[in-house]
Amino acid sequence: MTVADGIDQTSPKAQRQAERERQRLLKYYSASQWTLIWWRFRRHRSAMLAASILGFMALLGVFAEFVAPYGTTTRDGQYIDGPPQIPMFCDANGCTLTPFIHGVKTERDPVTLRAKTVPDPDTRVYVSFFAKGERVTVLGLFETDRHLFGLDDPDAMLHIWGADDLGRDVFSRTMYATRNSLTIGVLGVLISFVLALIIGGIAGYAGGMTDNVIQRVTEVVRVVPIIPLYMGLAAAMPKEWSTTQVYFAMTLILGLFGWPTLARRIRSQLLSIRNEDYVVAAKLAGARSSRIIGQHMLPSFTSFIIVDLVISFPYMILAETALSFVGLGLRPPTVSWGVLLQQAQSVRVIEQTPWLCIPAGFVVIAVLAFTVIGDGLRDAADPYSGAR
Amino acid sequence: MLRFTLERFVGMVVTMALVSMMVFVIMELPPGDYADRYAFRKFSGTGVSVTEADVEAIRADFGLDKPMVLRYVDWIGGIVLRGDFGQAFAFETSVVKVIGDKVWLTLGILFATLIITYAVSIPIGIYAAVHRGSTADYGLTAFSYLGLALPNFLLALILLYFANRWFDVGIGGLFSPRYAEAPWSLGKLWDLFKHLWLPAFVLAWSAVAYQIQTVRATMSDELNKLSVTAARARGVPEMKLLVKYPARLAINPVVSTIGFDVNRIFSELPIVAAVLGLTELGELLLRAYLDLDMYVAGAILLLLTFIIVFMNFVSDLLLAWLDPRIKLGSR
Repeated sequence: MTVADGIDQTSPKAQRQAERERQRLLKYYSASQWTLIWWRFRRHRSAMLAASILGFMALLGVFAEFVAPYGTTTRDGQYIDGPPQIPMFCDANGCTLTPFIHGVKTERDPVTLRAKTVPDPDTRVYVSFFAKGERVTVLGLFETDRHLFGLDDPDAMLHIWGADDLGRDVFSRTMYATRNSLTIGVLGVLISFVLALIIGGIAGYAGGMTDNVIQRVTEVVRVVPIIPLYMGLAAAMPKEWSTTQVYFAMTLILGLFGWPTLARRIRSQLLSIRNEDYVVAAKLAGARSSRIIGQHMLPSFTSFIIVDLVISFPYMILAETALSFVGLGLRPPTVSWGVLLQQAQSVRVIEQTPWLCIPAGFVVIAVLAFTVIGDGLRDAADPYSGAR
Repeated sequence: MLRFTLERFVGMVVTMALVSMMVFVIMELPPGDYADRYAFRKFSGTGVSVTEADVEAIRADFGLDKPMVLRYVDWIGGIVLRGDFGQAFAFETSVVKVIGDKVWLTLGILFATLIITYAVSIPIGIYAAVHRGSTADYGLTAFSYLGLALPNFLLALILLYFANRWFDVGIGGLFSPRYAEAPWSLGKLWDLFKHLWLPAFVLAWSAVAYQIQTVRATMSDELNKLSVTAARARGVPEMKLLVKYPARLAINPVVSTIGFDVNRIFSELPIVAAVLGLTELGELLLRAYLDLDMYVAGAILLLLTFIIVFMNFVSDLLLAWLDPRIKLGSR
């Protein structure tokens, strides 16, 4: 055993292995805090999955113009309340290599005599990628009339997730809604972050009387039920405001009252390190307060702040969805998940046109993803969670 | 204990005073004021042309031409001294009449929700902590994620849909049509009970998810304590051991967040109420906002917040009673 060890130690293979191990440790011990967090986060499989789902959703939102075959208000009078059309390869008339859907024709209901649209199994409309459609500007930069997918026949329309009561394409609308809902979340979180930084920073750094007063105010904002509070502010928006104004007002409203939790976190962290030697040293050296907070104190708990930011996303998204759902948030023709769900408010609608609930799936997935990512980040950011 | 109670009570009053100021600002936010809306409502469609002077006269009548601070004092003074919350404009009566017994319905929903929340989450949280790593534990964690992600109003819609489909009954509302307008009686109370469980379940949904995680986390920490090991070594039966040591402490964080739960329930109430067709304060609040009936909205917002603040106060006292260390800590 010992002999074998002795031989192995000197063998070139073992030496290479030892060297590699040394390099690995060197890399580990010299890695920055952020690299360590990233390594630990990468090991968190469900969080990585959630992050990729969310990334995909964000991509859908960013390239909504390209991904969506039609605009948010484009109407297909032929396909009002029509069910999802799933592209297929085979039907009663045989198979093809290109996916197709059946064309539609209008029939009269034998009982109610109402005109209704039914699929016509004898006609085929072929589906293709990068099909020609409406002219759109992607990313606000380049113009194109190609969309990710569409129909070869420019007169027919493809509704893979069905159409609503005005014949608007649910898939296209959901894509645009994804963009709006996610950006509202991002902007809201950013605004509340800046506020939390200022308010929590002042309270935690100054301490004493200032802290007491700020704590009282924070308490007041925290104690009022948040959605009714948002509703009150949203109800105050003048009816004649344009949709853009409403959009920005909504982000402001969500941001203005989202700060208390984060501000408390920043305050308590600042209070706990206020008397650390390096802070006192910086003070004695004559550094300005803003510099001490920004340069010396904040970096010590940035990772916690990021975790809190990620966790506060779902609340923003849910609040926006809830407000728009009851008609106090964004207003049509702006689309968001909540605005789309407004159409699915009654049991009758869910029974007859269940595809209008698809945006609800997006809400649930987005909120779940943010929560899982938040958990993963929290584990990764905690230096005591067993460094490996 | 008396000193502690007094301190908390004063804190409660101060918070309420500040909240009332904020609520008043929100009431004043919508463009135009009560006089404008009153004039519009009274004279629209009558062919009478309303001049600015007429509106001014109405404004002076209601005392709305005074500066904001004085109007605030009038408003809050009326509430505190006479229990008068002002005029409900859409109903052309006083706010108190409109709100009336809806306060009791709301409290009923609230307590039903709280009871369901704690009756479900505490035992399940303890069970999950004791059987850590088991399939049931993972299942519960997954459920609590879903509890946080699925908005309550969607859950309400889903339940309505399935009730409609499987049982062919509408389960919305708080009363059967037979009792809706009837005066209070035992039959009506029983009818209310039969309708209460659904909104209570929907509202408890996310609170349960959240509290299961809290109880599970604290319970897991407590289970690792030496006191538990020592008791086990002495041969204390497992069930008695759980109740006597860790479970007692594991409900502390639950008690300390009662106010938080009430806050969450009230936050979700208006939208759930709108979906389920509950005729209580939340739904009325939503309607008041949509009609810009700000005196009603302000009164409800103030009442809901008052209940939250009061429950916070109760939870503080309960906690001090459960865990005497808290009292010492505040000194």
